[in-house]
Amino acid sequence: MKELEYPFDGNEIIGKKRRLRKQLLNDGSRRITKRIAILGGSTTNDIRLCLELFLLNYGIEPEFYESEYSQYYQDAMFPPEELLSFAPDFIYIHTSFRNIERFPSINDASEMVDQMIKNEVQKFTSIWDHLFEVFHCPIIQNNFEKPFYRLLGNKDCSDIHGKVSFVNRLNQKWAEYAETHENFYVCDIDYISSDYGLSAWHDLESWYLYKYSLSLSAIPLLAFNVANIIKSILGKNKKGFVLDLDNTLWGGVIGDDGIDNIEIGPEDAMGEAYLEFQKYLKEHHQLGILLTVDSKNEEENALEGLRHPDSVLRPEDMAVIKANWESKDRNFVQIAKDLNLLPESLVFVDDNPSERYIVTEQICGVSAPEIGPVQNYIRVLDRSGFFETTLFSAEDFMRSQMYHGNVQRAKMKSRFENDTDYLLSLNMAGTIKPFEPVLYARIAQLSNKSNQFNLTTHRYTREEIAGIAADENYIDLCGRLEDRFGDNGIVSVVIGHTKNAVVNIESWIMSCRVLRRNMEYAMMDEFVASCKERGIETIVGWYYPTAKNKMVRNFYSLHGFEKTMEDSEGNTKWELRVSDYTPGNHVIRVNGREL
Amino acid sequence: MTREDVFEKLNEVFRDVFDDEDIYVNGATTSKDIECWDSLMHITLISEVEAAFDIHFEMKDKMAMKTVGEMADRILELSGETHKNTIMK
Repeated sequence: MKELEYPFDGNEIIGKKRRLRKQLLNDGSRRITKRIAILGGSTTNDIRLCLELFLLNYGIEPEFYESEYSQYYQDAMFPPEELLSFAPDFIYIHTSFRNIERFPSINDASEMVDQMIKNEVQKFTSIWDHLFEVFHCPIIQNNFEKPFYRLLGNKDCSDIHGKVSFVNRLNQKWAEYAETHENFYVCDIDYISSDYGLSAWHDLESWYLYKYSLSLSAIPLLAFNVANIIKSILGKNKKGFVLDLDNTLWGGVIGDDGIDNIEIGPEDAMGEAYLEFQKYLKEHHQLGILLTVDSKNEEENALEGLRHPDSVLRPEDMAVIKANWESKDRNFVQIAKDLNLLPESLVFVDDNPSERYIVTEQICGVSAPEIGPVQNYIRVLDRSGFFETTLFSAEDFMRSQMYHGNVQRAKMKSRFENDTDYLLSLNMAGTIKPFEPVLYARIAQLSNKSNQFNLTTHRYTREEIAGIAADENYIDLCGRLEDRFGDNGIVSVVIGHTKNAVVNIESWIMSCRVLRRNMEYAMMDEFVASCKERGIETIVGWYYPTAKNKMVRNFYSLHGFEKTMEDSEGNTKWELRVSDYTPGNHVIRVNGREL
Repeated sequence: MTREDVFEKLNEVFRDVFDDEDIYVNGATTSKDIECWDSLMHITLISEVEAAFDIHFEMKDKMAMKTVGEMADRILELSGETHKNTIMK
């Protein structure tokens, strides 16, 4: 929804929140439900309402628990029955510098100030530790904004008695806790408030009148940041950029102006601006964010531009280059297809408003931010939170490599007569094992973001995954797939619940980036083998249709299951006798066994 | 700006904030007359009225205004002052 995309108007959101909420709830989209507990150290009402809007916009329907005014400490240390039974999926602790119990006074000795830091840290770490112990869910915790006055002026930041110095030291401690605790996320209101403007953030009227620790108008920006952290944990980040070239990656039109006249490089202001933007994109590339090109140009001109000596982005940084005279939306769809991604997981960056319009009109759910003039590109894209980083898995770093691999694989495929030859040539090796603790987060992430190859669209939290791994009544398998072009990481998850001699497959998921590689057959072979070990005789599979998972409606029949039930909504039930199963994988080496 | 103009514009703000196209406010309207007008929505309402009229209520008045009539009085006073200031500049 346009009103909720950065750069948004905070006042408009506050004013129209009821209307926006109604529009979002009535737009017919399917959403996952998540329970969020907000524990506040000041008023949180509008924070909850705005957070709800941004989450709805991300396809997440929140249910809330909201602590009574400023009861964050009591709720965390002595959770009331209501909070216990609510069983949150996320906890957001909204505290501010108003919740610091004691600041140093000017006569305090340095040991005293150290002790005060320790006291604050201890108070908060006991909250976090206790919440983790009771709720086992991610915690999002504000750090502290700078105070609104500086008693010592500029020295406030360097003297141990200064409030600025005190806040800086606490924020350092928050960061250290985050570095050492996997499920703990700092909401950096220190940065957000300075970005917003500290004087405007500290609208003291809002504090005196309503006990809001920040200006009413700044609340949407805060809520947006919290929503970004949540959607990122749920695996709903964008995966890449679709980039225009002329007047987006460099100034001028290469086809008209020629390679010598485009603006890129440190010689002048415009060239400098495009250069810095390219560097910004290159940093994304290093993070594993995909870069692709969608440009109305002759391909040779596009490549020539990217080979300009001052161009930081090179043709080989681009996972896909579509430079032709097709319409941009068609190229866009093709790019997504080449990468086996949903179009809505790509961000369109183009200086031309009419191209942005066509792309967003033609393709549902694509973000095409209003980036303004070149000097604003970075600010707008950066604040939009498309790639908010929470889980830094090795997989993320490898992602762009993997997708480059996809493109190379596609090139190879055209050289082979039949699929089996092609698949064998990929030299694939699979590792299919029960869940392990280091993978819980990744498995939960996969369950939350996979929509297409997902039989039941059952979403799991990290803690639920841990619970399944520990429960003997579950058969749980996750599969990793490597091939000659790289490691695809964990790409498939199967969860079956056993009872006597029957297993019900609760969830079967596979990442679309390994479609048509026969990984699903390898998974089924291993699953059936596990069933045999446990004396299971019958396997029951379920398919629940959604708008996105049609590709797997006959999944079970491919593996020899019989359909035993179908209801009016298209839900189907499938059964297989374990003794009737014939292994289906002949192309992937699994767990080190030869083919 | 006449008092009628003020009411007309206020009516729009109320409809937006409470998302209810059937609202008609008059001088005697109070929070009791409008569903959902609680102390929390009052905060939103005040900030939207300020934005719509480009004025800033005094802090002491914000929670004290009980009827829409009082609100309109303050708006007329404040926009009068804004008007004077513009002339002086």
